[in-house]
Amino acid sequence: MPPATSAVETPQRAPFTKSDRDSKGLSARVRTCRPAMNLMEYQGKELFKRAGIAVPCGEHALNPDAVARFIEKNPGEWVVKAQVLMGGRGKAGKIKMASDAVQGRRVAEEILATPMPPNRQNPQGELIKSLLVEERLDIAKEAYCAVAIDRAARKPVFIVSRYGGMDIEEVSEHHPESIAKFPVDTAIGYSPFIGRELAFAAQLDPGFRKQFPAIAGALYELFFRYGAKLVEINPLALTTDGRVIASDAKVELDDDALFKNPEFAQWHAVLPLDEDETLAARAGVGIRNFRQFPGDVGTMANGAGLAMATMDAVSNAGGLIANFLDVGGGANAQRVRNCYELVVNNTGATVFFINIFGGITRGDEVARGVVEAMRETRSRKIPLVIRLTGTNEEEGRRILADAGMTPVETMDEGASEAVRLAAEMRG
Amino acid sequence: MSIFLDKNSRVIVQGITGAEGSYHTDRMVKYGTNLVGGVTPGKGGQTTPRGLPVFDTVKEAVEATGATHTCIFVPPPFAADALYEAYEAGITFAVCITEGVPVHDTLKVVGTTAGMRIIGPNCPGLISPGKALVGIMPGHIFKEGRVGVMSRSGTLTYEVVDLLTREGFGQSTCVGVGGDPIIGTTFVECLREFKNDPQTGALVLCGEIGGSDEEDAAAFIAEHLPEMPVVAFVGGRNAPPGKSLGHAGAIISGNFGTPQSKIAAFQAAGVPVADRPSDIPRLLAERLAVRA
Repeated sequence: MPPATSAVETPQRAPFTKSDRDSKGLSARVRTCRPAMNLMEYQGKELFKRAGIAVPCGEHALNPDAVARFIEKNPGEWVVKAQVLMGGRGKAGKIKMASDAVQGRRVAEEILATPMPPNRQNPQGELIKSLLVEERLDIAKEAYCAVAIDRAARKPVFIVSRYGGMDIEEVSEHHPESIAKFPVDTAIGYSPFIGRELAFAAQLDPGFRKQFPAIAGALYELFFRYGAKLVEINPLALTTDGRVIASDAKVELDDDALFKNPEFAQWHAVLPLDEDETLAARAGVGIRNFRQFPGDVGTMANGAGLAMATMDAVSNAGGLIANFLDVGGGANAQRVRNCYELVVNNTGATVFFINIFGGITRGDEVARGVVEAMRETRSRKIPLVIRLTGTNEEEGRRILADAGMTPVETMDEGASEAVRLAAEMRG
Repeated sequence: MSIFLDKNSRVIVQGITGAEGSYHTDRMVKYGTNLVGGVTPGKGGQTTPRGLPVFDTVKEAVEATGATHTCIFVPPPFAADALYEAYEAGITFAVCITEGVPVHDTLKVVGTTAGMRIIGPNCPGLISPGKALVGIMPGHIFKEGRVGVMSRSGTLTYEVVDLLTREGFGQSTCVGVGGDPIIGTTFVECLREFKNDPQTGALVLCGEIGGSDEEDAAAFIAEHLPEMPVVAFVGGRNAPPGKSLGHAGAIISGNFGTPQSKIAAFQAAGVPVADRPSDIPRLLAERLAVRA
């Protein structure tokens, strides 16, 4: 029998810091979506093992040498899988078979040679930093099992299907009748009847039935124990010799619950941030507060709702948005300045529209940050349209006036003006 | 009238001596909220600079002041505990301002505190203009009147309310329900209350992409409020599909969650959807004219 998965090794990445998530504290009000921390397959499987869910034997490997060494020591049929957060590894040729050490080294080199190709959800693709070597399973049937959060029911919900190994969206489109759901009452928690009911409702192959309630229970415990937002086994494999094994693992943890499990900080460190997330973290805003688009009108607002409405206003005025940016609640001059530089120096903006409705955020702080940023010679010079209303509006307007700037009165007016200027810049 | 909150509601603040708590306590008192005291464990017996009593526990605060409402300003790890303490002390209405509460904490709290209305977490609170403010909203932009407002966002609410006030539409109650995936009070639950409020004669609903609260609200309006003039806005119509909509999350909500789905649901319910916030007052005036 090959050895169990080795302890997680940590390639060098920036350590988890407070600034990787919202550093806004209590005063920030809104954001488009809650930060989540998606784990790599090998990390998810480590949690599965702790919970008592069977996973294939194998080892996490950082390079082709490690793959070859492992297979050398453990002769047999192996699968080498790229460890990335993106889906579609099989189609991209990032999962390959190996029967001996030489072949193992070769396929590992092939997988690592190129990054994951981009797709619609991940237009930048993803670098491959490590591999998972696993026993090749003789699979008879594949099923799907997940626990997620049902927003409308305000409960954890089981989702089970007799179709596994494909995107669950695809399953819901082509075989909606095969999907069984069960919302769990948090006060009661999991009980094995839930697993039995789900197995029958989803018409799982009879081979799954005996083991399924225990696996579902373990998955729920894992979901609950670590405060996960999603735990997914896809596929849950029934092997020809009757074992039920989690062939893949997807775990999405709640960033807000990281303080309860500090051990995850080291896992967090190996997870990739994309370019936008890296830039956002550097500017001191939440990693989800900034997103780039192909347009030429840069935007910034306080609060995710207003930031989205600002983007909508620019679109309504016929403009093309260069970015989404929520500067957060209660931003001081320094954060405003960082955000100004973030947009001006990193996006394709030729015009910048700043839209502030001060509640907790103070107009004078915003104005000070903008004026300081514009004085900074390192930054590119682009026309600025600013709308500033709410708390400390008068003081803010005075600071802008001293610097020779006149704010516009409304969001619509600002959007129109920005779009007009962008058209002028295009010539 | 108004919903959830009026000038007689007796309000305490949990975390009253903290930086956020004390700053906003001051603003709430200035607005006219009947704020009767607060809680900071270990500081019981002290008074705030404005002379409000501070208690060690919510139980003591409720016994001494008869408080029914609480506004929670504690750090995220302690928010669930603060809500449970309020529930056990007999508080019936809790506003949780805190952002960053673990989603499982919220799940457990909302699943086990039947009988206590929770607004939030991660919300700006609520205001019944001219009567009381519980939360962090800038009171001066609101005006007493007949329009009920509910919103998932903070600053967008201010934008919309400012426009309404400027156009002469005062508000009965404005509720910021909060931006988290799990919240204590949804649009539908607000609508149930607005339905029975004689002061409320029209509604503005500011939703955003994600989740199915807007679709549920549209269905409720079609069934229970066919006569009520309602105008909706859906923020983020130009946002690209978010990563968070992938996988199981999307399955739960089916095709819900997209801006198209929300706009279609409102239109099917006879609710006009404003293209931009500045269209809301005009659409509202049109709806009121149709009714008259």
